[in-house]
Amino acid sequence: MATQRPERSTRWLVTAPPFLFLLLFFLVPALIMVVASFRHPGEFGGLAPLFSSRSGEEAGLTAENYRVFFGDWVYFEIFLRSFGVAALTTVLCLLLAYPLALLIAHSPRRHRDLMVLLCVLPFASNFLVRVYAWMIMLGPFELLFTPFAVIAAMVYVHLPFMILPLYTNLEKHDPVLLDAAQDLGADGWRRFWRVTFPLSLPGVFAGSALVFIPVLGMFAIPEILGGIGDWLVGNMIKEAFLGVRDWPFGSMLSIMLTVCVLAVASAAAWLARRGAPGHA
Amino acid sequence: MALLEIRNVTRQFGALKAVDDVSLSIEAGEFFTLLGPSGCGKTTILRMIAGFDLPDAGAILLDGKDLADTPPEKRPLHTVFQSYALFPHMTVAGNVAFPLEMASRSAEEIAARVKEILALVHLEDKGASFPHELSGGQKQRVALARALVNRPRLLMLDEPLGALDAKLREQMQIELIALQRDVGITFVFVTHSQPEALALSHRIAVMKDGRIEQLDEPSRIYSYPRNRFVADFIGNVNLIDATVVEVTGHGLTLDATCLGLVAAPPAPTAQAGQAGVLALRPEQVRLEAANAAHDLKNHFSGRILDFLYIGDVTTYVVELANGRRIEALLANAAPGRAHFFEIGAAVRVGWRHDAGIFLAD
Repeated sequence: MATQRPERSTRWLVTAPPFLFLLLFFLVPALIMVVASFRHPGEFGGLAPLFSSRSGEEAGLTAENYRVFFGDWVYFEIFLRSFGVAALTTVLCLLLAYPLALLIAHSPRRHRDLMVLLCVLPFASNFLVRVYAWMIMLGPFELLFTPFAVIAAMVYVHLPFMILPLYTNLEKHDPVLLDAAQDLGADGWRRFWRVTFPLSLPGVFAGSALVFIPVLGMFAIPEILGGIGDWLVGNMIKEAFLGVRDWPFGSMLSIMLTVCVLAVASAAAWLARRGAPGHA
Repeated sequence: MALLEIRNVTRQFGALKAVDDVSLSIEAGEFFTLLGPSGCGKTTILRMIAGFDLPDAGAILLDGKDLADTPPEKRPLHTVFQSYALFPHMTVAGNVAFPLEMASRSAEEIAARVKEILALVHLEDKGASFPHELSGGQKQRVALARALVNRPRLLMLDEPLGALDAKLREQMQIELIALQRDVGITFVFVTHSQPEALALSHRIAVMKDGRIEQLDEPSRIYSYPRNRFVADFIGNVNLIDATVVEVTGHGLTLDATCLGLVAAPPAPTAQAGQAGVLALRPEQVRLEAANAAHDLKNHFSGRILDFLYIGDVTTYVVELANGRRIEALLANAAPGRAHFFEIGAAVRVGWRHDAGIFLAD
């Protein structure tokens, strides 16, 4: 029992700084956003005061932003489009990343690190530079400012986030399980669908979350490569804050996005737990 | 016709001949064991029978048909892997149903067969459990059930008891023998543990460096080892270097290092002047007080150097006057007595003139 006390204090010492950091710079701002979404916009941007002495000025709390959001189909449409783009990007990333991750995991051990390094190499250059590179590449083909350009760049930017968790998972698989499946009569196709794929589900879910969620909030790619019809939630939020200067409305959109993302993430976590009972 | 025939099979990895011109045949219903130290080629043979590896030369025939062009998933042979290789994402019932599903059996047949085989391995109430919820012995039984459920022509077992503790291993050995008798399927068992091989097998192939040193029934391998390696590998043995002095109709006279002339039973190929080794099992060595009357032809005085009390028996290490050490095994029939002789006690060791076996080098 005597050894437990220093252990506990060490644990607190190690976890307290990140805990405090998240509390201060994540939870508190998030709560400020929640409150801001119920306030009135200031005359020149920012927020109107909560208590006003001047007559005619709007003050206090209001649910007006949420009424607008739920009262107009256009927001629902943009949310739906954003989720569609995120889902499509996730599926395409999965289809491209899975064979590659499988290839790396089955390569000789001494080659694997180099191959993983090559996958993350694009991170060495600036994100915007890479998006502008797509602009130069797509321009001559008349594909610029189309949904194709947006999806292609989305997939390109997020592909490593799918490859890495998949590879990390696939690399841990015991190869004797595939021998056993083959020995018991499974051909290559069934070995994949009955053994490799179900065992890789935690990696599939992790990679999908790492792609799906950032794509939902992405505004740079649609703005640079997309047309006006390719706007996503991220563009709308950015426009609310920086264009229209309606902070409460932008806050409301952010809150709605967060709620949707949390719903998707918890659904994925639930699926992951059910999909891999042996690893729960 | 033999069920499985291995005909002059060689498998080479670089300069190393893992399997070197091996031929053997396994009969239907047999419990056949490949026994040898690690690296002797026994697992390579198993992998070639299963189809995970192909011979560089020679052929493997099942029911007289060459298996070379049949991939592992098409061979009617199943394997119990050393690590069990149970699918962690499937229940026990799911694991056992797997080979039946691969063989496209009907749902009713699968359900009935899974139930039947789980009852056979005493796991009828574990069908819904996942492998990580089972003990080592239970995992072992699931692996057996999964490999047996589709009634393969041949079941291969790759050191399946290696991961179990001693008590459980003994229990599983008894269950394995009973199971093999019940299902009537031919077992090919790979192990490096000689007591396990002796206890389980109908026939044993003792292997070393990719070659079969001896292929015979367990009792014959133990009593009549063909060479120094087999004598040493199977059980405990005193190996006494010796040269043949005289061959008569009754036996041999050997000039043994450190011992002088000793009498040994006849050996068919022995000739005067031949060098070799006298292999003498510890239980063939008699141990008596130094002054006891005796009628043994081979006897030497010495003193007890050490002993190992096992429970039912005690192994004594006797050092002879010239420094040579002989091991002797005595049964501990008298209750409450750990040993008959104290360390340092003067004793006489001896053995009958027809005990032991001379193995020419």
